[in-house]
Amino acid sequence: MVQALAFYMFAFITIASAVMVISARNPVHSVLFLILTFFNSAGLFVLLGAEFLAMILVVVYVGAVAVLFMFVVMMLDINFVELRQGFLQYVPIGGLIGLILLAELLVVLGGWVLSPEAVSGGAAPTPEGISNTHALGQLIYTHYVYLFQAAGMVLLVAMIGAIVLTHRKRVGVRKQVISDQLARRAEETVTVISVESGKGI
Amino acid sequence: MFEIGLSHYLTVAAILFTLGVFGIFLNRKNVIVILMSIELMLLAVNINLVAFSAHLNDLVGQVFTMFVLTVAAAEAAVGLAILMVYFRNRGTIAVEDINMMKG
Repeated sequence: MVQALAFYMFAFITIASAVMVISARNPVHSVLFLILTFFNSAGLFVLLGAEFLAMILVVVYVGAVAVLFMFVVMMLDINFVELRQGFLQYVPIGGLIGLILLAELLVVLGGWVLSPEAVSGGAAPTPEGISNTHALGQLIYTHYVYLFQAAGMVLLVAMIGAIVLTHRKRVGVRKQVISDQLARRAEETVTVISVESGKGI
Repeated sequence: MFEIGLSHYLTVAAILFTLGVFGIFLNRKNVIVILMSIELMLLAVNINLVAFSAHLNDLVGQVFTMFVLTVAAAEAAVGLAILMVYFRNRGTIAVEDINMMKG
């Protein structure tokens, strides 16, 4: 009963805030509603017994990805009113495609059956008596360690790519180059000229 | 009604995915909201994976969800970096102006 109420609360807020994400006038509000969506999906994950993923969702998405979105939205000086022109023009076609997709998904939901092999033997049955985090750790550091490392590589490549993309050398800016300063030698830059008195150089 | 099963979660995920697709159509000019819609769709996929993982008592679904989260985070980072560079070069992020490659 309590679980059902919690499920309906999380599901309702998730969907309502997802609607607000795509329909809010101000992209900053969109990002804030995206954060709300992620929080409530984390609640759904907890209800499903995936506590570790719920916490990952809160930490990674709310803490990093949504803040990144917020950062970009606020940093770029964009005329959002101009971007919203023709907003209602796409409602019919988008709504049509969305409805078709939803109908198809619901047909799938109404008609699917699990194959007996899938029910009987999973690849990694959930162990009894240990927490979700413990069980996941036992799995990803043994059977899936290469995939785990590959995921780390994906993040590394994404990080380097983002830095390389956004890094720029600005011309016309005089910056301190410490290595050049340290490489200067007095004998290369200072010349001693003996000036005769009364003549000047 | 008060017995929450697999189909409830799948319904939520289906609605969320549809909202993501709808958002792409609705905000055709705004790349930032399109990226957010993609995040919504990935979230729907993750809910599906975790729901099946819990239903089938199989942890692989959750492992896979973690990898999807990783890729989604990388995608958001690179996508926003491209967006920043694009804005710096063109001064706009309107999707219809992205036509220099004549694609």
